Amino acid sequence: MGGLGSAPLPPLGPEDHLLGADEDEPLIVYADYECPHCAVLHARLVRDGGSWAFRHFPVRSKHPRAWAAACAAEAAALQGAFRQMHMALYADRARLEDPHLWERARALGLDVERFDADRRSDAVLARVRRDFESGVRAGVVTTPTVFERGAMRPSAPDEM
Amino acid sequence: MSVVAAGTPVPDFVLRREDYRRFTQDDLRGKTSVLVFYPHAFSPVCTDQLNLYEEVLDRFAEQGATLYGVSCDSVWAQRAFKEKLGITIEQLSDFEPKGAACRAFGVYHEKGFPQRALVMVDPDGVVQWSYEAPSPADLPGANLIFDALAAR
Repeated sequence: MGGLGSAPLPPLGPEDHLLGADEDEPLIVYADYECPHCAVLHARLVRDGGSWAFRHFPVRSKHPRAWAAACAAEAAALQGAFRQMHMALYADRARLEDPHLWERARALGLDVERFDADRRSDAVLARVRRDFESGVRAGVVTTPTVFERGAMRPSAPDEM
Repeated sequence: MSVVAAGTPVPDFVLRREDYRRFTQDDLRGKTSVLVFYPHAFSPVCTDQLNLYEEVLDRFAEQGATLYGVSCDSVWAQRAFKEKLGITIEQLSDFEPKGAACRAFGVYHEKGFPQRALVMVDPDGVVQWSYEAPSPADLPGANLIFDALAAR
């Protein structure tokens, strides 16, 4: 594997998860599901009718369940339920252990067995890692980091 | 005072490892090392910085680079910081005489802590690349270190 040297922010692509209003130039948000500042940003984007693409940026020593939560969202995406799982994860950041993830999958009507296999799969791990690495290469250092028209907007929670 | 420049031999220095053994310029020989000078254990930006680098530590290892965290905190404070974060990056203490190694590397801030800076040292003990953040609040991305590793 090569290094993670600087590279431009990848433009929006078909694999990106678009959320909120349908606008031409959505924000690109690097975030994780365990991060309190990300949850604040999420709530404000929802409240304000924002338009954004969500990319995973889990850092395990900071947020031990962030990788598991990101993989859960991607596993749900394989059953067409990314947005629903995304909202359910931010709805209760304190409950991110495995049984809580299964419970969410059940509540969303997903095939839980498949969900559980998918969230542990290499493909899902690679999908999350791709987002994370694209962020590292674009200079993301913390969460949440917002890109607006391709330019990084470092966001302290009070400024969002 | 500014960070030691690329192309110069690493200065003589003594830091303390987590078990209080000495860590000197000789310990940098034979491998590529990145010294991560950070202002304060437990501060928010230093926390984010070490967490981020820890997340990609295996990728640094693939590139043959070993990272060390360096601050003027005591060995005990560094150990507690490392334990709290749950990271594995080895910590080196410049506590007594305070800041002597940081001064040798040109990264000692007048207010009594290391500037946020990165120093890459090649296996022969020569500084290969260095970077000083514009301010202690600026966190250099891991990408900058990978860029420097790729440019070797």
